[in-house]
Amino acid sequence: MALDEKIPEGPLEQKWTKHKNNIRLVNPANKRLIDVIVIGTGLAGGSASASLAEMGYNVKAFCFQDSPRRAHSIAAQGGINAAKNYQNDGDSVYRLFYDTIKGGDYRSREANVYRLAEVSTNIIDQCVAQGVPFARDYGGLLDNRSFGGVQVSRTFYAKGQTGQQLLLGAYSAMSRQISKGKIEMFSRHEMLDMVIVDGKARGIITRNLVTGEIDRHSAHAVVLCSGGYGNVFYLSTNAMGSNATAAWKAHKRGAYMANPCYTQIHPTCIPVSGDYQSKLTLMSESLRNDGRIWVPKTKEHAKAVQAGELKPTAIKEEDRDYYLERRYPSFGNLVPRDVASRAAKERCDAGYGVNKTGNAVFLDFSSAIVRYGKVEANTKGLDSNDEALVQKLGKDVVAAKYGNLFQMYEKITDDNPYETPMKIFPAVHYTMGGLWVDYNLMTTVPGCFACGEANFSDHGANRLGASALMQGLADGYFVLPYTVGDFLASDIRTGPISTDSPEFEAAEKEVKERLSAFVNNPGTKPVDHYHRQLGKIMWEYCGMAREGEGLKKAIVMIQELREDFYKNVRVPGKEDEFNPELEKASRVADFLELGELMCKDALDRNESCGGHFREEMQTEEGEALRDDKNYRYVSAWEWFENPTDAKLHAIELTFDNVELKTRSYK
Amino acid sequence: MKLTLKVWRQNGPKEKGKIATYQVDDISEDMSFLEMMDVLNNELIEKGEDPVAFDHDCREGICGACSMFINGEAHGPGRGITTCQLHMRSFNDGDTIYIEPWRAAAFPIIKDLVVNRSAFDRIIQSGGFISVNTSGNTLDANAIPIPKSDADAAFDAATCIGCGACVATCKNSSAMLFTSAKISQLSLLPQGKPEAKERVVNMVKQMDLEGFGNCTNTGACAVECPKGISLENVARMNREFLLASTTKS
Ligand SMILES: Cc1cc2nc3c(=O)[nH]c(=O)nc-3n(C[C@H](O)[C@H](O)[C@H](O)COP(=O)(O)OP(=O)(O)OC[C@H]3O[C@@H](n4cnc5c(N)ncnc54)[C@H](O)[C@@H]3O)c2cc1C
Ligand code: SF4
Ligand code: FES
Repeated sequence: MALDEKIPEGPLEQKWTKHKNNIRLVNPANKRLIDVIVIGTGLAGGSASASLAEMGYNVKAFCFQDSPRRAHSIAAQGGINAAKNYQNDGDSVYRLFYDTIKGGDYRSREANVYRLAEVSTNIIDQCVAQGVPFARDYGGLLDNRSFGGVQVSRTFYAKGQTGQQLLLGAYSAMSRQISKGKIEMFSRHEMLDMVIVDGKARGIITRNLVTGEIDRHSAHAVVLCSGGYGNVFYLSTNAMGSNATAAWKAHKRGAYMANPCYTQIHPTCIPVSGDYQSKLTLMSESLRNDGRIWVPKTKEHAKAVQAGELKPTAIKEEDRDYYLERRYPSFGNLVPRDVASRAAKERCDAGYGVNKTGNAVFLDFSSAIVRYGKVEANTKGLDSNDEALVQKLGKDVVAAKYGNLFQMYEKITDDNPYETPMKIFPAVHYTMGGLWVDYNLMTTVPGCFACGEANFSDHGANRLGASALMQGLADGYFVLPYTVGDFLASDIRTGPISTDSPEFEAAEKEVKERLSAFVNNPGTKPVDHYHRQLGKIMWEYCGMAREGEGLKKAIVMIQELREDFYKNVRVPGKEDEFNPELEKASRVADFLELGELMCKDALDRNESCGGHFREEMQTEEGEALRDDKNYRYVSAWEWFENPTDAKLHAIELTFDNVELKTRSYK
Repeated sequence: MKLTLKVWRQNGPKEKGKIATYQVDDISEDMSFLEMMDVLNNELIEKGEDPVAFDHDCREGICGACSMFINGEAHGPGRGITTCQLHMRSFNDGDTIYIEPWRAAAFPIIKDLVVNRSAFDRIIQSGGFISVNTSGNTLDANAIPIPKSDADAAFDAATCIGCGACVATCKNSSAMLFTSAKISQLSLLPQGKPEAKERVVNMVKQMDLEGFGNCTNTGACAVECPKGISLENVARMNREFLLASTTKS
């Protein structure tokens, strides 16, 4: 089947406007006759639910947390991009579009990315109108910061809590519609299957997480805003509950999964400290503006540091290897995320890591402290040779910039980063891959849409900082509410969808059988055991660097683990009660399939691009080697029985507006 | 370290609960409190017992899901942190730790340490928003400058994570700190002013309907609040409520 991407004709800048003008509309009276299910209340789902309800559709929204306000988007720190050009530094819609395409290593769709850049400015207007308290300057206007991979200041922020403030904005818009009865909210409900009737997505099967009840919900369309699947690695910066189930069930019902192997590993996270570790904490990218990354030059020193016998501060300047500055003199510590992460891994693999596990590098603020301290002393007319004074002044400056991050670091590690360098290591952070969608954000199942991190559309093989929040809100507030009309216009006479059909019956039965198989399994090992094992395999073979033989091995290991899981997992309690272990089991079951597909996808893509680094495909200096001739395509996978049989549909990417180049940061 | 845990176990909202005692060994100082609970739960599962249910998600102090009353304090010892940010180095080898759920009539227990906080959602639904459509066709974001001090104060109020520690701490189970934080955020911003009167009246009414208690100005809520939400917000809400009730009609 050839996929229709539904990209409108015409010049890039006019596509979206034209499309909006040509798209089929549903008139207000008819919207009242149409039901839409939205899975997820993060930035994508929260904004989509609010907008759809406001337009007049009857919305049913679902989340597994106890409140829509707790969706994973709440944890985003740094900021949200928008091409407002308030700083008058030459920013424009085109520049944001170009940066995003290039940042994604030329593996995303031009038309979608341009639309994203185009609607980005509306997001900021909308959020301010809703009462989102963005940071402001002394003149009372909105402030901006810069993020990695770009040369303008276009990132809007609310201290280190941008995601929280944006999500609370969307949540308040939702709350307004809930109070009007236009959104029916189902918290602590998890979607466990999608129901297809006559080839269209017409409903879902859910489990009430409090009572264990299994329910059928019907609608004319199902919108999946269920977030990313980074937790397939067990350890990631995602929230504990983030999972792939909603997207995966849709995949198994016919929605193609695109580029599943594209994962983003963020270079600056607090390293793993022990086997009990449950999640990893991000330290904002902004720290790389002032922190210098290094490891000891000699293995002797590294060993002594690992054993706790040598303090980093005792290592002389000439015995330190500032490897990013060495390898990438022009970008230094500010190379993009994928490059910085791989370089840290390379040093640690070679034996130069700096904590007891050998998997950490230093992020050192001592030069910045001295540098800022001297400037302060000079501007205040004080003695810039007084070391103690310089230290004090410098630390004050660093505290003003990064105080809350330093505090967070100290709370977790009990180390004082003003006195001794931070220890950091890359961690899984975001998944660029996801459900394949056309320009209307519809998946290959008619009536099933996907927005936010759950779809694959805008970030190619690598996402730029502060672009996920932008995409979630763009999809939810401004894109989907229009494009969904194209599909729903033919449904105005359909009437309510019955849940008594054989399709609902069958799907419900399958869900119930799956759950009861878990609780009745005579196994011995907790779910976490399997999740951890899977995470280890994924990290080792499908993490920062991938290699053909390793991927083949991983596929077999995952298949074996899956078999073991179904035989030996123990899920305590019953189906018809509050049972968090059962929730975990059903999510891990899906991860165990998705993990295999990711390896399969990584194996197929015999090139290195963005977050996907194939060891066989690198330059002599160890840089990523893209292969535009053979792999300039989106990999869309179709499900057959099990992940091993997944079928690849290669959908070629065309670039009419940008020239493909090799990214270089030397 | 080795610890004795005294944990509240309750099977459902209507069932009777009791304290159960567990021993855990091999607890590392670097573990977070919730990772210690994971260790306990995996041991219980392996022994064929029912693990302890508790709410959690982000495990970095921002989602507001985690909610344990530890040794008589909401989110345990330490200030400005949530349960998930508490680390085991705050305890000593051999300690006995009491772990209970939030207790308030408006937060019924679902199971063990998990409570139902949907009353908070309904308070927000009663008026915790600005009535603007999400069409994007609004004023330019910079059309109305907002003094930095107002924007910062609104932000500080807006950092409430809706955890409910304030309610759990208050001897009257009052939700004033939570409700006033949202009211303050919106009334400090020009965009929120047009609806300010109705908002405060409706939200206070909903708060009472949900069965939260009165405020007797003890201030314990603000001490235990992980986000440092200030009592000034309560004062602001009271002023606005008074103004709204006297000038309405
Ligand atoms: C620590 C951290 C910091 C970040 N910082 C930034 C940043 O500064 N800037 C930026 O642009 N991006 C950032 N990101 C990325 C960004 O936060 C996410 O990509 C984005 O928030 C995803 O939003 P979403 O709406 O797609 O999904 P989510 O916010 O993950 O929401 C998913 C929703 O789906 C629901 N759900 C999932 N499955 C089911 C199911 N089966 N049934 C019912 N409901 C379900 C959940 O309950 C939830 O409501 C950060 C990410 C992390 C981890
Ligand atoms: S006011 Fe503080 S304690 Fe109360 S819900 Fe908000 S963050 Fe939690
Ligand atoms: S788990 Fe999110 S605040 Fe503790």
